[in-house]
Amino acid sequence: MKLGSMIRTGLVAAGLLAGAATSAFAQSDTIKVGILHSLSGTMAISETTLKDVMLMLIEQQNKKGGLLGKKLEAVVVDPASNWPLFAEKARELLQKDKVAAVFGCWTSVSRKSVLPVFEELNGILFYPVQYEGQESQRNVFYTGAAPNQQAIPAVDYLMSKEGGDVKRWVLAGTDYVYPRTTNKILEAYLKQKGVAQADIMINYTPFGHSDWQSIVADIKKFGSAGKKTAVVSTINGDANVPFYKELGNQGIKAKDIPVVAFSVGEEELAGIDTKPLVGHLAAWNYFESVKNPANEAFIKEWQAFKKNPKAVTNDPMEAHVIGFNMWVEAVKKVGTTDPDKVIAGIIGIKVPNLTGGTSEMLANHHITKPVLIGEIEANGQFDVVWKTPGLVPGAAWSPILDDSKNLIANWTPPINCGNYDDVAKKCIGKTK
Amino acid sequence: MSQKRFLAWLLPLLATVFMAGSALSADLATLVTNLVTGGYSERDVAITALAASGEERAAPILQALSAGDLYVRTADKIVVIGKGSGKQVALIDAITGKDAGTAAEDDLDKVKVNNRLRGTIDAAVGSLTLMSPNPKVRRQAADSLFTRRDASALAALDPAIAAEKDSAIKRAMTEARAAIVLTTPETTPAQKLAAIALVRDRGDRDAMAVLQIAAQATEGDVKAAALAGAETVRNTLAAWSMAQNVWYGISLGSVLLLAAIGLAITFGTMGVINMAHGEMVMLGAYTTFVVQQVLRSAAPALNEFSVIIALPLAFLVSGAIGVLIERSIIRFLYGRALDTLLATWGLSLVLQQGVRSIFGPTNREVSSPSWMSGSFKVGQLDVTYGRLWIIVFALLVFVALLALLRRTPLGLYMRAVTQNRPMAAAVGIRTPQVDALTFGLGSGIAGLAGVALSQIDNVSPNLGQGYIIDSFMVVVFGGVGNLFGTLVGATALGIVNKFLEPYAGAVLGKILVLVFIILFIQRRPRGLFALKGRSVE
Repeated sequence: MKLGSMIRTGLVAAGLLAGAATSAFAQSDTIKVGILHSLSGTMAISETTLKDVMLMLIEQQNKKGGLLGKKLEAVVVDPASNWPLFAEKARELLQKDKVAAVFGCWTSVSRKSVLPVFEELNGILFYPVQYEGQESQRNVFYTGAAPNQQAIPAVDYLMSKEGGDVKRWVLAGTDYVYPRTTNKILEAYLKQKGVAQADIMINYTPFGHSDWQSIVADIKKFGSAGKKTAVVSTINGDANVPFYKELGNQGIKAKDIPVVAFSVGEEELAGIDTKPLVGHLAAWNYFESVKNPANEAFIKEWQAFKKNPKAVTNDPMEAHVIGFNMWVEAVKKVGTTDPDKVIAGIIGIKVPNLTGGTSEMLANHHITKPVLIGEIEANGQFDVVWKTPGLVPGAAWSPILDDSKNLIANWTPPINCGNYDDVAKKCIGKTK
Repeated sequence: MSQKRFLAWLLPLLATVFMAGSALSADLATLVTNLVTGGYSERDVAITALAASGEERAAPILQALSAGDLYVRTADKIVVIGKGSGKQVALIDAITGKDAGTAAEDDLDKVKVNNRLRGTIDAAVGSLTLMSPNPKVRRQAADSLFTRRDASALAALDPAIAAEKDSAIKRAMTEARAAIVLTTPETTPAQKLAAIALVRDRGDRDAMAVLQIAAQATEGDVKAAALAGAETVRNTLAAWSMAQNVWYGISLGSVLLLAAIGLAITFGTMGVINMAHGEMVMLGAYTTFVVQQVLRSAAPALNEFSVIIALPLAFLVSGAIGVLIERSIIRFLYGRALDTLLATWGLSLVLQQGVRSIFGPTNREVSSPSWMSGSFKVGQLDVTYGRLWIIVFALLVFVALLALLRRTPLGLYMRAVTQNRPMAAAVGIRTPQVDALTFGLGSGIAGLAGVALSQIDNVSPNLGQGYIIDSFMVVVFGGVGNLFGTLVGATALGIVNKFLEPYAGAVLGKILVLVFIILFIQRRPRGLFALKGRSVE
């Protein structure tokens, strides 16, 4: 063995020893919780607040005496809006830090990139963002909305008399997996409802698209066919601000052509003058403006934690609150943080959400949520104009699309499968 | 008739008159109470009832409801109209129209309204305000009647048309009347045919919508005439949409020009592959944000001019940082293209994260002054003021830069140094100083672009990233080292992009433009306007 490689081996060994020592120490003293959100790069705009809300929840839990008699310890990593780095950081959290659960990811592509890691190392991921569905993985809990908890009810609302009796539809989205899948589901759903192909316009734009002049003009043109028209927007992130500015500039008012957005929340509106946008809609499972004691207490705590009386709250934050509380309850129930036991034990756990109901973790790893439609107000908040009468259970697989209409997800015995063909009675993917 | 009998006759009569009077104001109170109780469908009925009551207070109450200014005071359940927002709202009693003091927003219950109700209110207020003394209000009333087409408004329209003096407003009212006639089943075919001609001559998208609705609901001659009318309108609009594409193309071109023109100096004439160029743009945008913040607290009256005040400051901030970068990093790397590329790219990440740490990762709101918002119509073309000013500004910057390079000693030195450094040094030009100033100039112009872009894009740490690729594309396409090439390149790319977008979609359009440029560079590696002669070598 040469000197160089000897040194190297020595270093590796020392590193391993140190790692073992810290994890042994950690096991006796604290329970580690991983936070996997981008703190730099393009997604920092949305994900930074989620890291902060997790830190607040962990701090609160520790004040209540921690969990299983131990303190919780947050391990924050920065995947920097870089999809492959998400997988590396997830591996680091699970292997090196030995975290009991991970709360993280925003974009679907980042979630897809960490899936194999969580499967291989048997970790637990809580994913807090509304997404395209068509997925259920044993190690992931989806606390954001599935399409049937956001997109479909929003379209139903617009079709109703209350929502304006819409007959023509523009499906506008950013060009990536979430809008493409959501629009595929919506298109099939609209056709099922008797909307003709000629009354559906689908438009995709690149990430960060900033010149919306011709697309807004196209929407205007499409809307002048004499039928009530609405835009269903899955436009993501930064591109929304210039889109709404252009709508305002070209004089498209919400009462003429309403835009219902699935990715615009309080946080996104903070960057624009909302006066021209009054009346445009958003569909979520939570709005900051919802009046109830639990929500008011949460907002107060959040503003105190951020030391900013203007800090806003939004839907993915609520999803983390629900997910974290469910995990805490599940750990208490099974008396350990062992992933297999927690994954089995969390199903059926019920915790209160912030809109006055009680959300339940379902066997398909999705949760029950209310669906709210809010109109943008001049102060950048949403005014709830419609909500579902009860809670909607999240569906992992869309019954509307042909290739998933027979599929269900159920992670309880005897099925124990994320994509179980209910007609052929067999599991297409892995059982465990 | 004795006096007694007469009195006996009169008294009940008087009583009825008196009671009718009090019933009227009681009526308004009930109407308003109906307005603020119940759900959206009850409110819809109440709006129509209030509008039909003929009460003078109906219009202001409904307008306040539509604007979200109608509240119920929690303490005494009185319906009030609130003005302004924030801690204290000034109140007016909705029924009497008298001052009702002030209240905190927390003590008021807002009367909720949704899009359907706003539509109902529009139609209702439209017929109520047709006789308003304010011409703008009358115009608005006519326009909203055209889009809402409420059959009950016909009764109000006829006297309004007869009384109207302003010919443009009269025309708008006649068109609104025609639209209503067309979409009401009760009118005769002859009336409808006359109305079709009127609506057709209006010639815009709203007119086309009305004609198409009419065509669906009618038969025979009327249907044929409506379809023919819609076809005429469609043809006019198609011609205008060409003009619209050109205009949008020029507008996109002006944005590309602004973003690229600074790079045309640093990359084009100095040859520095400056990956941090986009961040100079971003710094300019953040300067605008800071200026607005300072003005908002120090001198709110100047807020309208904040963008103009920000211009020199943005130039100085970005320019100074440019000089600093040149002196501390780039001057050690001249002639080492790959090293410069890596160093400036790293620098761009440092600047982005620096801004993110100082201002936070979320977007910052930069407001548009009133002279930069809204739009006006040229024929059937919507021209937005913001875009128009940006085009004007881009051209001004271009001309100023050209003049600087051609007509001033500094420009002469710059050209001399970039064309032949040893010879310039030999005749006594201090080349390091000129290098620093040239790089500073390019960066400063990027800062100016940032001020303009803050009006149309997000002010976020990622602002610059979106423009860096486009900027290089424009400079390379136009011809490195040639300002006119940059101008022509930016405009051409803008227009090509906007013509492709409607047919190919935004994503494919962008790809096609890139493919086109790659092929073009294969044919003409030096771009549209290649520099000739010794300076190229």
